[in-house]
Amino acid sequence: MSAASPESVLSLVNVHKRFPGVHALKDVSIEVRRGEVIGLVGENGAGKSTLMKILSGVYQPDEGRIEIAGKETQLESAADANRKGIGMVFQEQSLLTNLTVGENIYLGNEAQFTRFGIVNWKALYAAASRQLEKIQVDVDPGVRADDLDFATRQMVELAKALTLEEHASDHLVILLDEPTSVLERAEIDVLFARVRSLKSRASFIFVSHRLDEVLDLSDRIYVMKDGAVVADLVAADANVNTLHHFMVGRSLQSDYYREPLQKPYRDEVVLEVDGLSLGQSYKNISFKLHAGEILGIAGVIGSGREELARTLVGFAPHSSGSLRVSKREVHLMSPAEAVDIGIGYIPRERRVEGLVLFLPVAANITLVGLEKLTRYGLIDAHEERRLATSWVERLRIRTPGINTLCLNLSGGNQQKVVLAKWLNANVRILILDHPTRGLDVGAKEEVYELVRAVTSEGVAVILTSDTLEETIGLSHSLLVMRDGEITHRADSQPGHKPSQIDIIGHMV
Amino acid sequence: MTAPAEEITTRQPRSRRIGRWRVATWAPLMVLVLLCFIVTFINPNFLSFGNLVRITQSAMIPLVLGIGATFIVLMGSIDLSVEGVVTLAAVILSMLVLNGANDNNLGVLAVPIVLFTGAAVGFINGMVHVRLKVPSFMTTLGTWFIAVGAANALLGGMSTRINDPFIRGLAVVRFMGFPWGVWLALFCLLLALIIQNYTRLGRYIYALGGGEDLAALSGISTVRVRIATFTLAGAFYAVGGILAAAQLGLGNAQIGTGWLFTTITAVVVGGTSLAGGQGGVLQTLVGVLIVGVLSNGMVLMGVPPSVQIGVQGLMIIAAVALSIDRKLNRIVK
Repeated sequence: MSAASPESVLSLVNVHKRFPGVHALKDVSIEVRRGEVIGLVGENGAGKSTLMKILSGVYQPDEGRIEIAGKETQLESAADANRKGIGMVFQEQSLLTNLTVGENIYLGNEAQFTRFGIVNWKALYAAASRQLEKIQVDVDPGVRADDLDFATRQMVELAKALTLEEHASDHLVILLDEPTSVLERAEIDVLFARVRSLKSRASFIFVSHRLDEVLDLSDRIYVMKDGAVVADLVAADANVNTLHHFMVGRSLQSDYYREPLQKPYRDEVVLEVDGLSLGQSYKNISFKLHAGEILGIAGVIGSGREELARTLVGFAPHSSGSLRVSKREVHLMSPAEAVDIGIGYIPRERRVEGLVLFLPVAANITLVGLEKLTRYGLIDAHEERRLATSWVERLRIRTPGINTLCLNLSGGNQQKVVLAKWLNANVRILILDHPTRGLDVGAKEEVYELVRAVTSEGVAVILTSDTLEETIGLSHSLLVMRDGEITHRADSQPGHKPSQIDIIGHMV
Repeated sequence: MTAPAEEITTRQPRSRRIGRWRVATWAPLMVLVLLCFIVTFINPNFLSFGNLVRITQSAMIPLVLGIGATFIVLMGSIDLSVEGVVTLAAVILSMLVLNGANDNNLGVLAVPIVLFTGAAVGFINGMVHVRLKVPSFMTTLGTWFIAVGAANALLGGMSTRINDPFIRGLAVVRFMGFPWGVWLALFCLLLALIIQNYTRLGRYIYALGGGEDLAALSGISTVRVRIATFTLAGAFYAVGGILAAAQLGLGNAQIGTGWLFTTITAVVVGGTSLAGGQGGVLQTLVGVLIVGVLSNGMVLMGVPPSVQIGVQGLMIIAAVALSIDRKLNRIVK
């Protein structure tokens, strides 16, 4: 692997990257050959983004080397990567919507059209026109980017990436990071056709969570898992199942998700949703949630599950249907109302939405329902200390003390503080929004254990998660959503868990 | 079983983060101590009791104003209406107590009226900011000028001499060597510390500074907290206005001039983050003393006034530049 073949245009050799608490890339070696489309797949957290950021010059590897055309090099910054022929088309579109198409295409590279500090706009727009023609995109470079639809913007981004060949010394490599996530089927076909026809001008690295698309477009596929490359496959010899097998790696380990601790839920219905709808986001959602139940909602981005969760935490009031919490009809207009009736939310952006990083552990734990600790307008500091100490002990939060700022805790322990906050407020229902994102394996297992412990005490949980494996492993019941509607319901009892393939079929 | 692995991976970054936090918090205090040493070394008169009283006298108004502003900055907002409220408060006070312009003589009763006026301006700040969603910067810039304009209209361009012995006494009468105004400022500090550390409002202010969505998701009414905080700040500025009127012995429309800069400098130099969520009123006390000792020191050293102003300007930029974590904030607008 380490010796690059002669036609190699870009390769990473034994690259490592570490972040505080996470070994994000472990001894990763990949090779991109001239005219090749490389697929890169892996679950969230497998290290794809880190790898892409190294290739685009945003991060530098801690160990290992980068070679372009067989020569060792460094990518100091995104601009440096650009100069060396590496272009990017991002999933979050990187066109500036308040500038014209032409201005966007040559953003940062206006020097060639500039005399004595004055930009020759006519020449710039003419050049932009030629670039757009080359990939057969019929767009006037004078229109503003926000007047274009997403698919056309994507094409403009591709044209922009290809202008690198005007200054780059080597063969181009273009990174396509989830470029299809906002596109319709027909638009995807057009994009793929363009990419294929451009193989003579550039090599591509295509990152996507849609495995069928990766198989369709790529020549070769690298599969990543837990920061390492676990497979290097020729696309023609692979199928969705083989890819999936490598991505998940292990067969479902019931122990990992603490399945033996999964106890039957109670009969008491704590949340009943009937015909719930919100505009275009989701339609006609009905389910019952019981005390002690974990209800997993599976679905891709755009399936409506995120919006449903936002409704339940009071951020997006539903437009029709009914929502009953403990048999009482409610219409949640604000998060405060949701908290009042006993719904807690553990957000994915723990450091932004879950915790006040510059407040101590104790203050974070007592933040919800602080009025109960208040006597004559003053917070009872003694009672606060007592409560915080008992939660730190019960959840085994590893912290130097209850007055330590949450900033200084590890991710897993921060997540435990968030959990303690809601348990202290006596919530009946917890919405877990990607609760293990960014956590190490060990910390994840601790969170699973806590979730099990909490539900056995009667708290009901609604779970949306990064991986299907986690959703299936933890839940008692599963809902699958697609395009805003429930497409499938399944029981997920220990020993009789549905397989991921079954569920995926209803997601896409 | 998994615990050791996690501890190994987190230990190193954890200690580094604590280290940075400590430096950021204690740095202003170290600067203050260092400053005191330097000034004493150049002019030992600095440590004389008379000079210490002079410093506290010059620090009492910035302290009270800085306390109010600290709460606003902790929320991640900014309040430019300081001078407006100080002026309006001083002018109204001067016209209600025994004075040289009219026959009013409310005495101490004027104080609650003035405090109420300051709180009312703050309340308006909060309402406009929250309900009309005007950024705090623009809202308070507007009320600053409205309040100064209102004070001008009340006075008709004149000054009102204050003859009330109680108000004058704040600046003149001493207790244990220090004017009563200094004790009043210290009382405000104590009150602010209690609000900051032992009330829900104080806790919620930090939560809001940490993240608006986070606070909302924890069931906090961010709207009410914002309005209450602006109101509270307005009341503190009104206390500042009372002290300013007491010190000058009159109320006029220029009485607030220059206080905004000193207030914001003191808050920032003390180490309260403009991004919100970090800092507090004790930090502001340190900031006020740094500003006070520095200008007192420059007077003792015979530095010309024009240079003194420039040094204050440098100080505020240096304080922000030193406190910002440039790795976190890649883009600054």
